[in-house]
Amino acid sequence: MKKRSLIPILYIAFLMLPIYWLVAMSFKTTQEILGGFSLFPQTFTLENYRVIFTDPSWYWGYINSIIYVSLNTVISVTVALPAAYAFSRYRFLGDKQLFFWLLTNRMAPAAVFALPFFQLYSSVGLFDTYLAVALAHALFNVPLAVWILEGFMGGVPKELDETAYVDGYSFPRFFVTIFLPTIKAGVGVAAFFAFMFSWVELLLAKTLTAVEAKPIAATMTKTASSAGYELGLLAAAGTLTIIPGAIVIYFVRNYIAKGFAMGRV
Amino acid sequence: MKTENQRAWFFVLPVLFLVAFNALVPIMTVVNYSVQETFGNNVFFWQGLDWFEQILRSDRFRAALGRQFLFTFLILIIEIPLGIVVALSMPRKGMWVPVCLVTMALPMLIPWNVVGSMWNIFTLPNIGLLGYFMNDVLGVNYDMTQQPVSAWITIVVMDVWHWTSLVVLLSYAGLVSIPDPYYQAAKIDGASPWKVFRYIQLPKMKTVLTIAILLRFMDSFNIYTEPFVLTGGGPGNSTTLLSIDLVKIALGQFDLGPAAAMSLIYFAITLLVSWLFYTLMTKDDAQ
Repeated sequence: MKKRSLIPILYIAFLMLPIYWLVAMSFKTTQEILGGFSLFPQTFTLENYRVIFTDPSWYWGYINSIIYVSLNTVISVTVALPAAYAFSRYRFLGDKQLFFWLLTNRMAPAAVFALPFFQLYSSVGLFDTYLAVALAHALFNVPLAVWILEGFMGGVPKELDETAYVDGYSFPRFFVTIFLPTIKAGVGVAAFFAFMFSWVELLLAKTLTAVEAKPIAATMTKTASSAGYELGLLAAAGTLTIIPGAIVIYFVRNYIAKGFAMGRV
Repeated sequence: MKTENQRAWFFVLPVLFLVAFNALVPIMTVVNYSVQETFGNNVFFWQGLDWFEQILRSDRFRAALGRQFLFTFLILIIEIPLGIVVALSMPRKGMWVPVCLVTMALPMLIPWNVVGSMWNIFTLPNIGLLGYFMNDVLGVNYDMTQQPVSAWITIVVMDVWHWTSLVVLLSYAGLVSIPDPYYQAAKIDGASPWKVFRYIQLPKMKTVLTIAILLRFMDSFNIYTEPFVLTGGGPGNSTTLLSIDLVKIALGQFDLGPAAAMSLIYFAITLLVSWLFYTLMTKDDAQ
């Protein structure tokens, strides 16, 4: 083994340690956790997971999160696609300013928007709905999706568009049947980023929901503070939130490096 | 070249409506609050710029801002070099590439509050793996809930754990885009590894590193959930970063005027520093 591969191995070990500890905790009983230190679960139990899968207030948290995250991903990518096409292919009045203004929204601290979002979505009757969270997250995801897609579209030569028009394709037919398949990696990466931010964000999701659309993250913080010290349960709930992310990364694994560079390498 | 076409605006309209609804209305709400005083019942009094003055003069805001800059500075000087080193030593091809990429990306897809809870469980004295190791094996007195230094080390290490992979993946994307002949030419010239890094790899990574530094600056400057779950801003106020302080004032004490003024100052600082970074880092390209 080469000496150089030691660095990635050590780095990955450092990344995996806290995750291992979370997973190990989720298989322990509360007595064992509070009783002292043990590297492996001594009395292996699935009780923590049983509680989550049988209690609606727990498993609905996951369902709610997945619904608004999916809704957000679809909205973000759908509105970003035509905009990114316009930015990558045409010059128009105020294009640079508009692009910059979009990106400034990505820089906004979420904490700044918490209270005004609450008032805005309450006043339009969307408070505690999936749509409210999906739209609120879109403020941060749409600018990023436009940026990523514009990067990928910029790599497609303009001759592709022109040839298609010469061949008699209409714009919608060209866009859907030729252009979209060409940049499908970009679409995947943009969807991945929209999913990622919406799945991990808590402050806005918690502020905009009460009961009906409450995310799993909010259920967890409530448990952490109210039910005393149910660390095993908290660890099990945390372990389950890692799974959707792991599945999504697996799907984009071949584009992940280029994707994180927003298609700009 | 791009063609001039004003009808392209129609393509941008959906994004424009969505973002305008989400950004302009809330920002105007914040601006409204920042210049008025209310005693409830929707009765408002003109307050001018008093709130801004009060915030800018308050020791509490200055302390939070100082802690925020310290935090962002620390994580940038650790994460950027570490990310580059890891990316340089990663394999370029073979079966280990996807394994590395997927495991490294994993921390970034864990919900932020779970990251906080995970590190809380990890660092508990006597019970957590790290807490046990520090206290009972090494004999170092380490307790995040009692000592500000332990709390600071923990939030910085947590952020390094959480986000260094972003720098790794971006640098790696830059590295794999370098064609092999570059390295062969360097070999023929007898260039040292440092020279290869300095004159071939670093220039190729410039764009992606710009993105990495900007994203890490913005996100670490706006960080809220992870330190809030982990330390709650404590012990005392030692880890109360800007967002934590802002949420305390806005949603905790419901002091809308000062909170709104603070929001605008906060946002302005983020924009200004991002813009400074961006112009400094892209200055050479323009020449």
